[in-house]
Amino acid sequence: MAQREVTAKHLGMISCQNCHLLCRQPQRNKHQQLLCPRCGSALHSRKPNSLSRCWALVIAASILLIPANLMPITITSALGHTQADTILSGVFYFIQTGIWPIALVIFVASVFVPLTKLLILILLMLSVQLRWRWRPRDRTRLYRLTELVGRWSMVDVYVVTILVALVKLGAVATIDAGPGAAYFAGVVIMTMFAARNFDPRLIWDALEETND
Amino acid sequence: MSTLTACHECDLLTHLPPLPAHGAAYCPRCGSLLVRSKANSIERSLALVLASLILFCIAISFPFLAMKTGGLEQQTTLITGVWLLYTQGMKGLATVVLLTCILFPLFQMAGLLYVLLPLYFKCRAPFAMRAFRVIQHLQPWSMMEVFMLGILVSLVKLAELAVVTPGISLWAFALLIFTTAAQTALLDTHQVWEALEVPDGST
Repeated sequence: MAQREVTAKHLGMISCQNCHLLCRQPQRNKHQQLLCPRCGSALHSRKPNSLSRCWALVIAASILLIPANLMPITITSALGHTQADTILSGVFYFIQTGIWPIALVIFVASVFVPLTKLLILILLMLSVQLRWRWRPRDRTRLYRLTELVGRWSMVDVYVVTILVALVKLGAVATIDAGPGAAYFAGVVIMTMFAARNFDPRLIWDALEETND
Repeated sequence: MSTLTACHECDLLTHLPPLPAHGAAYCPRCGSLLVRSKANSIERSLALVLASLILFCIAISFPFLAMKTGGLEQQTTLITGVWLLYTQGMKGLATVVLLTCILFPLFQMAGLLYVLLPLYFKCRAPFAMRAFRVIQHLQPWSMMEVFMLGILVSLVKLAELAVVTPGISLWAFALLIFTTAAQTALLDTHQVWEALEVPDGST
């Protein structure tokens, strides 16, 4: 672009993360906490330690993803025999019985979304650290999408809750929650925190530094 | 008169002209939404919050699914579901469901009512700013609409085990999705912050 773009940071201004009030950054010593004069939230020009926090959460979530997929999320016992189901075996079960829409919902929410979300966050963090100049607008859009879509992964956790609550038919059948469900909830929560800790403005900062 | 705004996602400074009714402004650099003008935002949000609160009370106090096998009938409400998980030793999981499906949505709706109702009568509730800040932070964590999808999935899953009938609460949940989504879309947070702003710096 021909015209030089000016960001709030250039002019020593901070936009409040919470109420979007544009504040002038006062001269101050490093350790003083700045508060938004309107809503009282902490003011940061960029989210503090954005990348290291995001990396930590992404790594933790990737580790939890392993037990979440290998351990059973539900344990069904019906008429004396028990059956443990993992997330993937649930998907296969629905494919076999021909209930495609449900197989698709579970696959997208519990397998596809958490995995792609982790991959996208890793890609975004690498792109910031390696100062890529590649399609910042699309990368920002990608970030917005991951932040928006993450919560829908909780579906499977709720399904387990409902099944456990409903299927208590004494000798006929019971469903118990397996440890995989708790690990999976952990994955979803950690990726949500990771996405919230990533600061998309870093994508654009990298561009400006190379412009100078 | 134009105002200066910084884009939330790329930090670009932009001069915003006054928006026409139903207008929206997007960041020229990264394309994210800067502001959208919303007519009668406070009144409409207030109406929807009230509707959501009523629906929420119905949704959590009545059973959402009932299941029949042989002579046995099993009903479940959201709270009994959480309680059963808890008694099975899945305490973490039970807490997550309790927070995301019951407490956070409830706090959010009650909080909005607390902030918006006084604004409607042109006054301010004490600690309204703090409350509104917390509400905005809680927003992504209240997941009733996701729970609704969970009900639908379990409905299909259980359909072959037994006869499953949806309860009143299911319809309340379904309506709740629309009222909460509309409320989030219609609430103009900028307008609320401006209305809450104290001109002289006292509380």
